[in-house]
Amino acid sequence: MIPLSHYLVLGAILFALSVTGIFLNRKNLIILLMCVELMLLAVNMNFVAFSHYLGDLVGQVFVFFILTVAAAEAAIGLAILVLVFRNRETINVQDLDEMKG
Amino acid sequence: MTVEEILFYAMSTVLVGAAVAVITVRNPVHAALALVLAFFATAFHWVMLEAEFLGILLVLVYVGAVMVLFLFVVMMLDINVARMREGFARFLPVGLVVAVGMMGLMAMVVGAGVFRIPGPERAAADHSNTAALGHLLYTEYVYPFEIAAVILLVAIIAAIVLTLRRRPGTLHLDPGRQARVRRNERVRMVKMHSEKQ
Repeated sequence: MIPLSHYLVLGAILFALSVTGIFLNRKNLIILLMCVELMLLAVNMNFVAFSHYLGDLVGQVFVFFILTVAAAEAAIGLAILVLVFRNRETINVQDLDEMKG
Repeated sequence: MTVEEILFYAMSTVLVGAAVAVITVRNPVHAALALVLAFFATAFHWVMLEAEFLGILLVLVYVGAVMVLFLFVVMMLDINVARMREGFARFLPVGLVVAVGMMGLMAMVVGAGVFRIPGPERAAADHSNTAALGHLLYTEYVYPFEIAAVILLVAIIAAIVLTLRRRPGTLHLDPGRQARVRRNERVRMVKMHSEKQ
């Protein structure tokens, strides 16, 4: 029988990898969005594992809502991405400096 | 080592390998495909955890819709990959330090002690995860469920409004204006005498 900690460590590895991905690919907006998706996946993995091991289905209901919000986020994020590319001809994060932030 | 453990370690290897590929490959299309593989491996894990509905939902909604959207956008945009890779080597040490530190800390917290609980007994063969989840969603969580529906509607409208564009100079018909037209806007009646030879 696999103990709960195995799944939690797997989620931790996924989360750390996606944070690293944000560090490494800080220029490419598309890869950044993919890293956010991977991060949400790691969180969902923890929720499902806890839901199974504690015998409480509410964790899976929460994952359901996270998936809904993540799908909406991906759709709007990609729409904004297309809009940025159409107006600026680039999706390099460094070129998007009009606000001088 | 039981079959269950072998499957767990095999699929975890695939999952971590796919995640590494997502953050390191040069081509964004390959990154999106690696993310698809990661979703499949995760769906496998969720089915092993008796969350069959969410596993299938992940494959259908995420691989079927969201990742196709990602691939569509990646292929539509003309990206200069070489410029995007600038700074990859420079940030690699920092990224590795962050990854190893974070992984070590989290593994220290969740890898031992109270979280080493063994799994519960497997559910009976006729137990339906989908029915149980649906029962919970449509009774206790029906209000959050409807809010989720509204969020999706807002996302649809936002995505359409953001990407809608009216290009000036294109030739197209406006059926509304065509239907609203009146006779006296188009035809002018002129009274004139008939001409005689």
